[in-house]
Amino acid sequence: MAAVTMRLPVPRKPAVVNAPRGPEKHLVAPGDTITTDTGYMRGHGTYVEDDKLIASVAGVVERVNKLICVRALNTRYNGEVGDVVVGRITEVQQKRWKVETYSRLDSVLLLSSINLPGGELRRRSIEDELAMRDCLQEGDLISAEVQSVFTDGALSLHTRSLKYGKLSQGVLIQVSPSLVKRQKTHFHDLPCGASVILGNNGYIWIYPTSEQRDEETGGFITNLEPVSMSDREVISRVRNCIVALVTHKLMLFDTSILYCYEASLPHQVQKLVVVTLFCAVGGNGKASSVAEVRW
Amino acid sequence: MSERRATLRRLSCSNGASHCSRLLEGTAASRERRKRKGLSAVRREEAGSMAAVVLSEPEKLYIVHGVQEDLRVDGRGCEDYRCAEVETDVVSNTSGSARVKLGNTDILVGVKAEMGTPKIEKPDEGYLEFCVDCSANATPEFEGRGGEELGTEITSTFYTVFSSENSVDLKSLCINPREHCWVLYVDVLLLVCGGNLFDAISIAVKAALFNTRIPKVRVLEDEEGSKEIELSDDPYDCIRLNVENVPLIVTLSKIGYRHVVDATLEEEACSLASLLVSVTSKGALTSIKKVGRGSLDPESIFEMMETGKKVGKALHVALQKILDEEESLGTSRQKVGFLG
Repeated sequence: MAAVTMRLPVPRKPAVVNAPRGPEKHLVAPGDTITTDTGYMRGHGTYVEDDKLIASVAGVVERVNKLICVRALNTRYNGEVGDVVVGRITEVQQKRWKVETYSRLDSVLLLSSINLPGGELRRRSIEDELAMRDCLQEGDLISAEVQSVFTDGALSLHTRSLKYGKLSQGVLIQVSPSLVKRQKTHFHDLPCGASVILGNNGYIWIYPTSEQRDEETGGFITNLEPVSMSDREVISRVRNCIVALVTHKLMLFDTSILYCYEASLPHQVQKLVVVTLFCAVGGNGKASSVAEVRW
Repeated sequence: MSERRATLRRLSCSNGASHCSRLLEGTAASRERRKRKGLSAVRREEAGSMAAVVLSEPEKLYIVHGVQEDLRVDGRGCEDYRCAEVETDVVSNTSGSARVKLGNTDILVGVKAEMGTPKIEKPDEGYLEFCVDCSANATPEFEGRGGEELGTEITSTFYTVFSSENSVDLKSLCINPREHCWVLYVDVLLLVCGGNLFDAISIAVKAALFNTRIPKVRVLEDEEGSKEIELSDDPYDCIRLNVENVPLIVTLSKIGYRHVVDATLEEEACSLASLLVSVTSKGALTSIKKVGRGSLDPESIFEMMETGKKVGKALHVALQKILDEEESLGTSRQKVGFLG
């Protein structure tokens, strides 16, 4: 039975979240004057005109002693050492892969930074170099950690732990990197039945929880068996919940996704895509439960 | 059975290479191809003119298995559309305009009515001119002349779809036979590409034509026989077009063994071939076009046509309902536009 729904556009209402906020942040838009005091040094995101310090990006003003900079909120991913990212292989080059991670430059995954299948520890040889494409091809998704940042801003990744590696069946969602909350761990097994990797670069990967938790294969064996219907429903519902949270600019972390999931259970999965229900889930279900979460 | 085959032979299927369909061939074969050609050449060959996403093999497998079981990635069934947002009268200096957001896909259509000379072979009719512009806003590949190929393909598809005589009442656009007629310039602007372009554009075109207001003109004859055209002073004195028979395009993408309606960019990357079917509100087909590199089985073509007719009728009903609702709000409607 074909279902076609259409609606008239609704003007956006500013989000009202009754949650305890931290200290008030100084938000600026491009062209706003930050300060007229000439004693400050200008950092990223600012420029000086007529003795005034003016913002050039839309974001939050950060001040460190005498340095003022504006940290943009809607920006490409700026990597830090230790971040967990989900990336897509774009190129296979000599001894390294180029990985797309929604940053300004493609990230680099060196051949020496991956685990060899079988877990051997040895120097990479010419045979390993020729077999690179058997390991990771263009289009493959990987989860990795940022090892270091080059001087030009490109990230160097590594998958040296057994929890990182190639990702198999699941769903990828791309959100703004500022919406992913920094936490101790970014790999979550939600009690509803799906697992989620919240990459710091804004790439969210939802996949069915695998039963063998202790299978330490190093992540290069992909499971190509069909996923069961119940798992698929849970994954679709989690996906729609994440899209709802992102539309309302709420931070993404495991508890927020879980609360949104629980609030969405009375509705059918496909109806969650309709924005009017976003407001119901985002308004009632979320605002009250978000207030319970410590920021 | 033989007569169906004969019908198919008569139907001309044009193979447009616009959709980027990464075939679900064995990974060994694709690897061989890549090794021989080098990466950039293969990417250029496969990229085509549509903005497409690159997916890994397990991701594609997940999508294909989901379609087999009638549960797509966002929870829709195979015959469900994403929720569409339609707004008309968004551009003030056009005779009619509409903006449609189908999921991620964002289309803006403006219709301008200008005076012109009728075509020689049809002296007592006006006509429509289509122009599709793929803005670089949609994807960086459309920068400069990158979007031209896709734009010309969409334009030619729309000429075919509207080539049927009853789609728009062209005789009502005539002012003076052989001398003056209204020409409707339909300009389509692609703002964001989120999959399923043809359907979204056809919905926007129908909404814009519904919204078009053509000023009423009177032809005055002088004593010497020269004709003068007088525009009425009242800006609200205008004629509206009858859009009952304007067709809507339904794209059916073949994924695995089933077909889906309203494919997202990821689903389009998994689909081997698609069928574009244009349906009127009464369920009549005005044109069919096959796109993609894969092949379609004759049985599945008939199945897809039947689904297209069913879904097309539902699409017309929903669109007409929303257009009537918008019309009934009248001046009290709060215009959202682009900054709402």
